[in-house]
Amino acid sequence: MQYLTSQEVKDLELKANEIRQSIIEMLSEAGSGHTAGPLGMADVLTLLYFGILKHDPQNPDWEERDRLVLSNGHICPVLYATLAHAGYFSVDELLTLRKFGSRLQGHPHRQSLPGLETSSGPLGSGLSQAVGMALAERMNNPYSAKFMYCLTGDGELQEGQIWEAAFLAGKEQLNNLIVIVDRNGIQIDGYTKDVMPMEPLAEKFEAFNFDVQEVDGHNMRALNDAIGKAQAVYSQPSVIIAHTIASKGVDVFERDFRWHGNPPGKGPEDRVAKDKQAEVALQKLRTLAGTINTHDV
Amino acid sequence: MFAEHLQPNLSPDTVEKSPTRNGYGDGLLEAGKRDENVVALCCDLTDSTRTNKFAEEFPKRFVQVGVAEQNLASVGSGMAALGKVPFIASYAMFSPGRNWEQIRTTIAYNDSNVKIVGAHAGVSVGPDGATHQAIEDIAIMRALPNMMVIAPADEHEARKATLAAAKYAGPVYFRLGRSATPIVTTPDTPFEIGKAEVMFTRDESLEKKVGIVSTGSLLFNALMAAEALQKKGIGASVLHMATIKPLDEEALLSFAQEHDALVTVEEHQVAGGLGGAVSEYLSGVHPIKISRVGVQDQFGQSGEPDELVEHYGMGIESITQAGEKVVQ
Repeated sequence: MQYLTSQEVKDLELKANEIRQSIIEMLSEAGSGHTAGPLGMADVLTLLYFGILKHDPQNPDWEERDRLVLSNGHICPVLYATLAHAGYFSVDELLTLRKFGSRLQGHPHRQSLPGLETSSGPLGSGLSQAVGMALAERMNNPYSAKFMYCLTGDGELQEGQIWEAAFLAGKEQLNNLIVIVDRNGIQIDGYTKDVMPMEPLAEKFEAFNFDVQEVDGHNMRALNDAIGKAQAVYSQPSVIIAHTIASKGVDVFERDFRWHGNPPGKGPEDRVAKDKQAEVALQKLRTLAGTINTHDV
Repeated sequence: MFAEHLQPNLSPDTVEKSPTRNGYGDGLLEAGKRDENVVALCCDLTDSTRTNKFAEEFPKRFVQVGVAEQNLASVGSGMAALGKVPFIASYAMFSPGRNWEQIRTTIAYNDSNVKIVGAHAGVSVGPDGATHQAIEDIAIMRALPNMMVIAPADEHEARKATLAAAKYAGPVYFRLGRSATPIVTTPDTPFEIGKAEVMFTRDESLEKKVGIVSTGSLLFNALMAAEALQKKGIGASVLHMATIKPLDEEALLSFAQEHDALVTVEEHQVAGGLGGAVSEYLSGVHPIKISRVGVQDQFGQSGEPDELVEHYGMGIESITQAGEKVVQ
């Protein structure tokens, strides 16, 4: 397991902040899309692409790469932004999100954009695909060091197919599978505890023969340690329940389920007027929510 | 006149029968021997879908998914992403019936190299009844971009189609039957995916000309009906379209041009299947009268396979009558 130095943690946090700014810019330009999930998962995606994954942005089809399946496709702005900042394509292209002819489809389309491992959007099928990849890799090479990562939402776990996939992953003891759940507690219609309570969640995965860890989804060092431990698990698939804050980084949007499916400019108005939402969000990010005093941002 | 490469002396009393799924089982085993990337997945129906021969020969390349068809489709997609050639099998009612969206998003939209095997299609499933008789599967699969749709006529054709699909890079849906159906072709009958074959040529001395277009195991009934029509003084030919998508438009157009009217024959709802595909295409290039033989917007029921095929209007007599009527 690789330990992160203080400087590495700081660099990752700065990168995540840049990615969050891109997310705001692209959603604002698109005029539609999801805000809360992408901001909430920016730290996890940053750590994965800048610290964990074996991958090569210059050679997206490199055979030896790890695979990352985004099962909750609606948070693709964070994946697109991370891929762009990692060098898969230009950061400028992010502003084409959801526009006619763009490679950045409203929900990911594998054939359209380098770096995507699958198409997703309809919830619940990404875990099955990651299970299929893990099975195939084990057949190809029992000593393979590749890992199949699958990111899911928490509301998404209400899909029955997730548990079909969990059955198979547990039965097949897929220790090359690492699932990271975005446990932000919100979904479109409200808080998950109101829409469909899912606790005890860790115990559910344990019952399906997963190794389960719970971690602060914004703590780079804790996340890094959890992934390192998951990689070392023997004869079980792993799940990391990452406790995240919806809309993390923009305090006036945080924890509010109404930001699930709205872009800046179309979100709830009780804290920030619609026409100021993008500007305020960018200012919050550039000043780290006001902790940096600067006049030129 | 029967095409020369068919079984000799075809008649209802003497024809040998075998389920198309048997041909799939043999073809899958052979495909597995030819290509180590071929893998098989099944949902607790391994014997019934004839995946068992492969599973016994290659246990490490077989995945028992359990009763979980949505997972089946997407696990197949994931395996294909790593270079495997997955054959995913269940009953057509459950796959592609239950898992259509997973097939659409993770297989068709990804243009993923997965072969979807829907066994127990048609009312000839028999005693299990309507819940298990998939008669809408061609329609739902034909509507998907990137998806190839094949309904083999008999066990030989099912075997050839399986081998051909294993070599073809892209999503394929096969439709197989449960019950023993007539063996019409031989191991030597030509088969190419995407290509229709004339299986019966009309007597050119007869004035009226009806063309029968069939798919799946009703090919035999279509052939018998063509023979009966000729005895009644109506020239009749049979074009067999094992591949429903992509439609062999060239063969279909010239077949339509050579006849006064057409009859389509399929063990499927008349909406959206072969009859739909043929009508859609010809309406734009060669409008012609078409009578569609199939299930007429109904559900099936329990019964013996042959009596159900008769009851729902797909027997030899029904096809013959449709042929007579359409050229009246």
